[in-house]
Amino acid sequence: MTSHLYRFFPALEDRAITVPAGSVAEVLQAVNQLAPGFTDYILDERGALRRHVYLSVDDTIVVDRKALSDRVPEHGVVYIFQALSGG
Amino acid sequence: MSDMLILGTRKGTVIFERTNGAWRPRPIAHAGIPVCYAARDPRDGTLWVSLDHGHWGPKLSRSRDDGKTWEDTSSLKYPEGARYIAKYLPTPDFDPEAPVGQPEYQDATVFKIWHLAFGSAEQAGRIYAGTIPGGLFVSDDGGDSWTLNRPLWNHESRGGDLFAGEATSENRWGGTPASIDYGVFEPGIHSVVVDPRDPNRIHVAVSSAGVLETADGGQTWQGRNNGLLMDYLPNPAADWGHDPHFMTNCTGQPDHLWQQNHCGVFYSDDGARHWRKVSLPDAGVHFGFPIAVDARDGRTAWVVPARADSERMAIGGGLCVARTTDGGQTWQAFRAGLPQEHAYDIILRHGLDIAGDCLCFGSTTGNVYMSEDRGETWQCLGNHFPPVYSVRFG
Repeated sequence: MTSHLYRFFPALEDRAITVPAGSVAEVLQAVNQLAPGFTDYILDERGALRRHVYLSVDDTIVVDRKALSDRVPEHGVVYIFQALSGG
Repeated sequence: MSDMLILGTRKGTVIFERTNGAWRPRPIAHAGIPVCYAARDPRDGTLWVSLDHGHWGPKLSRSRDDGKTWEDTSSLKYPEGARYIAKYLPTPDFDPEAPVGQPEYQDATVFKIWHLAFGSAEQAGRIYAGTIPGGLFVSDDGGDSWTLNRPLWNHESRGGDLFAGEATSENRWGGTPASIDYGVFEPGIHSVVVDPRDPNRIHVAVSSAGVLETADGGQTWQGRNNGLLMDYLPNPAADWGHDPHFMTNCTGQPDHLWQQNHCGVFYSDDGARHWRKVSLPDAGVHFGFPIAVDARDGRTAWVVPARADSERMAIGGGLCVARTTDGGQTWQAFRAGLPQEHAYDIILRHGLDIAGDCLCFGSTTGNVYMSEDRGETWQCLGNHFPPVYSVRFG
């Protein structure tokens, strides 16, 4: 995931996080168990991806940004990006 | 006399302390994170910062040890079922002549926590938060949990109770350009004013709707826009659509309320039942964002005039602060200590504050100025801060 999130969740830094396969929403909730509050940074209060956050499952950008229903297969890797700009 | 000054800036929180008469900034806190508002709760000393994360959503950060350590919270959220009637983003392809369609309902999420206000000394833990898209939140446990004030959210002027179903009236609140950064065009509550005599009496100012008042602790709200005039809609005296930039009161005479509005300076000496336009464009006092009021004399107020509308910069390349002591009948401009050429600073709505005889403002150009003689002379506290969004004495 983007290293900027480690500032808020140092427990996630420098480790491979392995959680059960499922929907992207379920995967994020599993990470939230390890780092409470994590999903509040990635998702809004409706559970949708925040505007400047992108997720991919392996090399496929997540399509359902609203309900995060895209599936993460066994051994799939979820990547979290942020769109950085400005000065 | 306050010895702490808290700046919310585009790159974090800057806290000044006064020691031996000199104001000195500490190292920046929340480094790199935009801070749209920061203030100190006078009741228990807690420092509150509204983080305007570009990516991670709005958060509140608080410190109970004077800024040594900070704790971020994500607890301010719109409840399930909170909806509003979406305003159209005024994008280039928006056709204002297009026929009005059916209301488009939008689920509410917090875009910006724009303002914080604190309850009375008797209301331990009571804090108010004004947001874009136009919700007022209330906490009674020192910010651990927040509740949306539904009577204001469900006000008839905004479409009625959308929690319960479809709109029962028209949405007459306009959007604020400050919301466009978030990809929407929705209203925002930037001023929450609690009456120190009666904490159940609260005024809020909304861009772009106007002023509302509750006298029963938020159970019912009434529009208080009588006398406000706007110059950008066909009916200048319409009930709704006004654009107060900031509203505040005199704590010693709380019926004296002031607002720097998009369309001038307005003053009320009867608790916002009637507003009077008191700006004097010929004297340069008309447009601007912030306003400060004396704590004892409700007729005395300060503004930092700016040029409207397409230029949005200091008038004539020089900064001045204007003061009235007679309820806006006359204004006196003070320039001593402020730059008088090549100055393009704008002072945003929360960028001016007063404590006793001290006033301080910070600009979008990163300049911070302090006066310790009621605005008559100014000293510079620094020229290289990030763009300043808020200035509050602690």
